[in-house]
Amino acid sequence: MPDLLIELFSEEIPARMQARAAEDLKKRVTDGLVEAGLTYAGAAALSTPRRLTLAVDGLLAESPTIREERKGPKVGAPDKAIEGFLRGAGLTRDQLEERDTPKGAVYFAMIERPGRPAAEIIAEVLEATIRNFPWPKSMRWGAGSLRWVRPLHSILCILSDEAGASIVDMDIEGIKSGNTTRGHRFMAPDEITVTGFDDYSAKLKRAYVVLDARERAEAIWQEATNQAFANGLDVVEDKGLLAEVAGLVEWPVVLMGAIGEEFLELPPEVLQTSMKEHQKFFSVRNPKTGRIERFITVANRETADNGATILAGNQKVLSARLADAKFFWENDLRTVREQGFEPWVEKLESVTFHAQLGSVGGQVNRIAALAQALASKVDADPALALMAAQACKGDLCSEMVFEFPELQGLMGRYYADAAELPAEIGKASEEHYSPLGPSDDVPSEPVSVAVALAEKLDKLTGFWAIDEKPTGSKDPYALRRAALGVIRLVLENDLRLNLKESFEAALQTLLKLAEWQGALLEAKAAEKGATGEELEAAKKRVHDMAHQVEAAIAVTASASSDLLSFFHDRLKVFLRDQGIRHDVIDACIAMDGSDDLTLLVKRARALEDFLKTGDGENLLQGFKRASNILSQAEEKDGVEYSFGADRKFAEDDSEKALFDALAAGGDAISPAIEAEDFAAAMRGMAALRAPIDAFFEAVQVNAENEIVRRNRLNLLSQIRQVCGQVADLTKVEG
Amino acid sequence: MTQTNGAPRSFQEIILRLQNYWAAKGCAVMQPYDMEVGAGTFHPATTLRSLGSKAWAAAYVQPSRRPTDGRYGENPNRLQHYYQYQVLIKPSPPNLQELYLGSLEAIGVDMALHDIRFVEDDWESPTLGAWGLGWEVWCDGMEVSQFTYFQQVGGHDCHPVSGELTYGLERLAMYVLGVDHVMDMPFNDPDALIPLTYGDVFKQTEEEYARWNFDVANTEVLLRHFEEAEAECAAILAQEHQDPKTGKRIIMAHPAYDQCIKASHIFNLLDARGVISVTERQAYIGRVRALAKQCADAFVLTEAGGHAADSAA
Repeated sequence: MPDLLIELFSEEIPARMQARAAEDLKKRVTDGLVEAGLTYAGAAALSTPRRLTLAVDGLLAESPTIREERKGPKVGAPDKAIEGFLRGAGLTRDQLEERDTPKGAVYFAMIERPGRPAAEIIAEVLEATIRNFPWPKSMRWGAGSLRWVRPLHSILCILSDEAGASIVDMDIEGIKSGNTTRGHRFMAPDEITVTGFDDYSAKLKRAYVVLDARERAEAIWQEATNQAFANGLDVVEDKGLLAEVAGLVEWPVVLMGAIGEEFLELPPEVLQTSMKEHQKFFSVRNPKTGRIERFITVANRETADNGATILAGNQKVLSARLADAKFFWENDLRTVREQGFEPWVEKLESVTFHAQLGSVGGQVNRIAALAQALASKVDADPALALMAAQACKGDLCSEMVFEFPELQGLMGRYYADAAELPAEIGKASEEHYSPLGPSDDVPSEPVSVAVALAEKLDKLTGFWAIDEKPTGSKDPYALRRAALGVIRLVLENDLRLNLKESFEAALQTLLKLAEWQGALLEAKAAEKGATGEELEAAKKRVHDMAHQVEAAIAVTASASSDLLSFFHDRLKVFLRDQGIRHDVIDACIAMDGSDDLTLLVKRARALEDFLKTGDGENLLQGFKRASNILSQAEEKDGVEYSFGADRKFAEDDSEKALFDALAAGGDAISPAIEAEDFAAAMRGMAALRAPIDAFFEAVQVNAENEIVRRNRLNLLSQIRQVCGQVADLTKVEG
Repeated sequence: MTQTNGAPRSFQEIILRLQNYWAAKGCAVMQPYDMEVGAGTFHPATTLRSLGSKAWAAAYVQPSRRPTDGRYGENPNRLQHYYQYQVLIKPSPPNLQELYLGSLEAIGVDMALHDIRFVEDDWESPTLGAWGLGWEVWCDGMEVSQFTYFQQVGGHDCHPVSGELTYGLERLAMYVLGVDHVMDMPFNDPDALIPLTYGDVFKQTEEEYARWNFDVANTEVLLRHFEEAEAECAAILAQEHQDPKTGKRIIMAHPAYDQCIKASHIFNLLDARGVISVTERQAYIGRVRALAKQCADAFVLTEAGGHAADSAA
């Protein structure tokens, strides 16, 4: 059985696209082959910056012949029907067979689709694959119309078996398939003829090409850590960077260089970010000092001077970059040491947060008001929370963050410390964006928590007010993430917060500050001697914004309950991942106070645990039975049975026992609920299980005697009432 | 051709070597466009000639101005006035990468000692309504050129595709010559009778223009000029295709495009003066793009743009 080797050789493929492209090549080609009847034993795809390679082992030499029998019209049927059948079968009338069937003589067609040689199929499949390749972005070149990620230069496509290798002939817009490739662009640019995968990969290695990206990545990491270790240093791990760098070279050569002494005082994150973003360097840390002292770069070739020229060049570029970073750092430090965050905070007034929600300055004012209000709920000092919130976005106006936006927050911490502000302020600046994802750390320092909550609540209520809610897969302002952030901040810090109150407070703040900001805007425009038109425009903007917020406030109740149900949805997703069923959460959401997430989750966990026990499962059944009988009777009689069950009308012992149990249960459960000890409340409910079961066992609720019947129905309503204190059990499935 | 071997000694030698190299490779060596532009791409030899079906090959130096990059001549790398070397070949030849690497060798970059890399960088010019795919070319970690296969210009699909090479001359030359501050770079041969550095030639003008760009340029006048250029561009393109005087079909794509270039540069100046807000910025870019698009629409109707002469003419 032959093996297939394909190589698509092109100009440099973007590093981030290579791995995916190799997989796509494998999938599309092998799917196509199998569909055409060519099965295979195994397939592997590989990539370098200049080539995508696919090796398929143990391919059928030709597709199997397929025979098919097709039943046609009756003999003597109208010509039209017979002709139609012939067309469909691709035969002529004399090729048809007549057979007697119980229904008379019928035409049969014997269709045979002969197998086709593998080469023919491969050529078709590969051409279709190339023409329809799912590149994230593709291009045309020269005068042709073929699309590829960058110009495609050659196609190597051979089938090989014991007898030797043969080229699978194809020609796509002038690119003819062959059995040759080329080695490293600079170190071995000549043509290489190959006979199969082993020959190909061995020859490429001799021509300075490591075909497997994983092998390149491993070699880079190995060599980098070795060089660092030899100097008593550590390479800062960065898997994303490693994968990217492995996609930029065919023949990795690891070089380590020193960072100029004058840059070592820069924060390590600045060095790391600058080196990674601009130069794709790894950072090398001194474990004793924690400082980043060297860098590792990966060249694509060996040189006679062992990389000395390359390293010197890279060092020079790095110095120029770091000189910039140092310049920004020193300017920023000067600013904060002399004037604190004031100048930056002032500038935020002219940075747009959102066209309808005004400036970042306005946003900061709102966050500050909210953080101050929230402080008491999170055990933070309100004055400190206010100050921290006012400073939290200041670093956005620093030169460093302008250059490296990904350092926002972190630079705020450095600069707050440099300005000798209380440590909590710097910390809040760094942490107030958190948590960013489901696995990101949640701040626990109270001031950070207050500011982080305020930031997210302001964002959510603001976008809710202007009706920019996430829809489907669209969530451009990452509001789902913000809501999850609030959820995790609340739960992981065990906070007691009535979200609806917080939403309303945030909306009120939005309105108040919109008006205030509007007045300011107008005053400024007037002061600048703005022309009538500009003044009008400013007035209009203010008016629009105030109007919108006002409209939202008018429906505050509905906006905030809409936002609350958005939170509940996010909470369900979050808790589902922790193994809590959605119906259990629904049963708890239906209770009062469900905007207190900590309470809600406490309830849900207790219920979830309870339902896993035999008592819980059976109690639920008993409850449902009681509830069903009751609802039916209520519907039939048109009254609500909710009051007045009297033990003296009880006839059966089990009935009396149930009366007693419910009275005792109520006494135990209510205080437990009061104390939010839901597990105790559940235990109280568990005690009801046996009496309820016994009651249903012995007693017919719908008794003939109307007084007895009514009394029993009212008794059932007690079950509903007592059990309903923890959660709305009607919403629980099963 | 007297191609000097070995390392070049001055900024101008690097330019001369590039000129010779691309001339030898068959490019028409053109002269800079006589207007203020932000980059070599704005030269009609690139913008307009990348449109339409006619083959084209040009190489030229283009003085370029980026008012916001002015640093009074003090920053070692940043200038408000600098030079780009631009090559445009249509259709892009299959060996364009090799041709490009040859040009680096021609200016003294020894391929056996340096690490040359093609790193993904997709190019887009919002003001020209143009985009393409390609790379920034790194030499030992430094970006020395931009390499782009044009896909669209002025809103038109490029057919055939042009290959565009842009070299930032100062940066490349500083690297090749081993100079750390642009102003210290020898402009002519250091052994010339009167040796001149880049600073001798440009330090003073960098200061003068930085001051004017940032603080003095009359924004009211500039705003008016912007509007005038915009209006003139539209007025030119609104003319009948047939010239009433000569009776010939003359579509004035180039004069209209001059107005587009003018508007674009004025926008850059206004930007440097800090009088354009974030929201206005997008609007201005959109206005320049609209001009570029109209000029492109007009150019493809001309002969150079591949329009077949009317049989009636």
